[in-house]
Amino acid sequence: MQKISFEVNGKSVNVEVHPFSRLLDVLRNELELTGTKEGCGEGECGACSVFIDGILVNSCLVPTSQVQDCKVETIENIAQDNELHTVQQAFIETGGAQCGICTPGMIMATINILRSHPQASDNEIREGLAGNFCRCTGYTKIIDAVKKSIEEKKDESVSS
Amino acid sequence: MNKKWVGTNVPRKEGIEKVTGKSKYIDDLTFPDMIYGITVRSDVPRGTIRKIHFADNINWDEFTIVTIEDIPGENVVTLIESDQPFLADKEIRHQQEPILLLAHPDKSLLEEARRSIRIEVDELPAIFNIEESLNKKQIIYSDDNIIKEYLITKGNTDDVWDSAYKIVSEEYHTGAQEQLYIENNGMIAIANDEEVTVWGSMQCPYYIHKALMPLFDLPAEKIRIIQTATGGGFGGKEEYPSIIAGHAALLARKAQKPVKLMYDRAEDMVATTKRHPSHTRQKIAVDENGKLLAIDIDFVLDGGAYTTLSAVVLSRGAIHAAGPYACENIRIRARAVATNTPPQGAFRGFGAPQSIFAFERHLDLVAKQLNMCPVEFRKQNFLQQGSLNATGQKIEEEVRLDKVLDLALEKSQYFAKKKQFAVHNSQKNVKTYKGVGLASFYHGAGFTGSGEVYLASIVGARLTADGKVKVLAASTEIGQGTNTIFSQIAADALGIDYDMVEIETPDTSKVPNSGPTVASRTCMIVGKLVESAVCGIRDTLLKSNLLTSEYTSQQFITASKKYLEDFGELKIFVKYKPPAGIHWDEKNYRGSAYSAYAWAVYVAEVSVDKYTYEMQVDDFVAVQEVGEVVHPILAQGQIEGGVAQGIGYALYEDVVWRNGQMANNQMTNYIIPTSLDAPDIRVFFSEPFQPGGVRKGIGELPMDGTAPAVISAVENATGKHVCHVPLRPEDLMMLYRKET
Repeated sequence: MQKISFEVNGKSVNVEVHPFSRLLDVLRNELELTGTKEGCGEGECGACSVFIDGILVNSCLVPTSQVQDCKVETIENIAQDNELHTVQQAFIETGGAQCGICTPGMIMATINILRSHPQASDNEIREGLAGNFCRCTGYTKIIDAVKKSIEEKKDESVSS
Repeated sequence: MNKKWVGTNVPRKEGIEKVTGKSKYIDDLTFPDMIYGITVRSDVPRGTIRKIHFADNINWDEFTIVTIEDIPGENVVTLIESDQPFLADKEIRHQQEPILLLAHPDKSLLEEARRSIRIEVDELPAIFNIEESLNKKQIIYSDDNIIKEYLITKGNTDDVWDSAYKIVSEEYHTGAQEQLYIENNGMIAIANDEEVTVWGSMQCPYYIHKALMPLFDLPAEKIRIIQTATGGGFGGKEEYPSIIAGHAALLARKAQKPVKLMYDRAEDMVATTKRHPSHTRQKIAVDENGKLLAIDIDFVLDGGAYTTLSAVVLSRGAIHAAGPYACENIRIRARAVATNTPPQGAFRGFGAPQSIFAFERHLDLVAKQLNMCPVEFRKQNFLQQGSLNATGQKIEEEVRLDKVLDLALEKSQYFAKKKQFAVHNSQKNVKTYKGVGLASFYHGAGFTGSGEVYLASIVGARLTADGKVKVLAASTEIGQGTNTIFSQIAADALGIDYDMVEIETPDTSKVPNSGPTVASRTCMIVGKLVESAVCGIRDTLLKSNLLTSEYTSQQFITASKKYLEDFGELKIFVKYKPPAGIHWDEKNYRGSAYSAYAWAVYVAEVSVDKYTYEMQVDDFVAVQEVGEVVHPILAQGQIEGGVAQGIGYALYEDVVWRNGQMANNQMTNYIIPTSLDAPDIRVFFSEPFQPGGVRKGIGELPMDGTAPAVISAVENATGKHVCHVPLRPEDLMMLYRKET
């Protein structure tokens, strides 16, 4: 067991876990943040996507000892004060969420696209989502959601 | 009826919970004192259990151990036949067959414990594929390995062969396919000698309910099944969850504690059901103008080790085998055979994708041998209003499959592309071959034949304390939008706001049995019952003089509250009534197999790398007639998702079998389409053939026509006749090698 301190969604946390405990399990079980999902446990499906210091990662592949002093951000931090993020709103409007199990990871991947490629092209969108599996949508409506988020972002920057 | 909500894109009922991560799937739930379960399985495909050894490196006293001795009722998974046990007794019939169950408060100790149990087995020779089963290399089921056989005959094919202008024969194969819902299977159970409650990921709460009554020897009211948010199903959570629920409950009953039994991805892939592999022989006779004179199909499915749903999967596959084409003489022989692999099961399309693949591919081959355009060849043989299909069902509606075809050709620019690609492919310096291909097909919605009559589904509706309406149905939301479309349908039937309709959680203690969430039946069959049930609520309010025929949403709420005040509660239940004029002869497989068919033409465009043989779908047009579209975005989403699964089926998804089990049971080496593999999928709904808001099923439709359209396009690009899926680059390479 090892004491590990890090920040999750802006709050400092201290956990005492096996250093190789998967970050995914610590988030879900110790910290009760169950919005981050497990799909495959081997870094293929992206359902467990979170940000560590702003970098999008599969939390099923991260030993918790690695996040000592890091800032972790999960889906629970995306809607602020009960107000949906534009990306979440876009997923609802375009039909980007069906069964919902990949959705938290897809939303994290979309936010990553917006941060890294604010004007992402169709190809960049597809590249940006390629680490996240969806079995329901065929990706078309998810891509619509990303495009809508990009548009909304543009509108925001014009108005502000 | 004035429709305000049906046909619009209202927000998904549970959308906010899903995009915020607040939806609770089974693995997100924890109960006080809960412990964790694991399944110990066979590691041979066939044999007799001699002894079970528990290694002494483990303190077994800490574990809850369930064996067949702990089963209070019958050790049999109640479904079509009673041949599958919850836990293998003496006989092992397939790899990964459950033998005993363990539970412990510390999840991390389970895997080592599982490995510390050795099942001593007298191994028996096993059979692994259709050929071995048909050849009776070993007899493992009944006296001939045949799980089920059907014969559909129309006219007399034998009268045709001698005089036909041309006869074309070929054989086709399709592989297994994993449903690969992103949420793995799992259940939590609480149980004692008197009652059992199970929560979990599922499509059919009442299937589990029915299976657990004999297992625990308890009456209906003592078994309670509750669906939690379910992360996809596609058929994969139709029948297998009964086993997991039974296992979790057996452990919980013995431990006297809540037990969570969650599969990881590897276990889910290796142990649970998949799409049936198939082998089809096609023989078609045509005249010189390309008219279909006779169709002879021999269709075989690999059912795996137990009966499970193979008989009904086979039935749907057989009925769809000759497609939406008119022909006087048809013979379809269909057999499901047993092998020593884990049982295959329900998967979107339910046998139809296999038989339709073989038939559509064969039509391309016949057209080629006739030197005819495959489009014209199909078109002149389409079923019309008044024609009889393979089971002799008269097509009553005004079918305009030619219109569906025209729209598909227009949207895909099929003919222009074909020309353009012919030029492209003839150039020496290009790196790819390009091609375009199509498939036309139909899919019957609802249970086959008299199935809906036997199901006799019931839906209820009740008033809530705040004067709103709650729909009571066991139909599950698994991503396809059940909650949303039921609310739209109910709101329109009542003329009230969409937000005034609530959907009860599928919990067998709260909702009646509206039948399983399968067979594209939820919108068409159960949706109709939702309409009747809520109309019953309105009629009661009208009769009680609390409401006049014209009312606002607010007046409805006021009237409802007044009713509850005066009379206590208002609950209405309605039961399925078969539509008039539907007759099905189960014995001879003649008559109306389905009360409605959805019709479609799909066009795929592909490019094939000349050097690596990699194939990519560049464009996909899916045009269908599905009657009234309740929610355009959800409906498109269903089609797009099905097309992506169909592309996976055609090109990527290869279940590798080794000694009777899936060897590549990981997402790393079982490849499904990602956002880089799926094309822009363009979905169009053709004008409904019938007026009056007739709804047909859409869930399975897109799985039927995608693979044949994609492979047809590969054939157009390469000139190679492809008879199987999945078509991997190495398979295509071998086709090139074969020629040179």
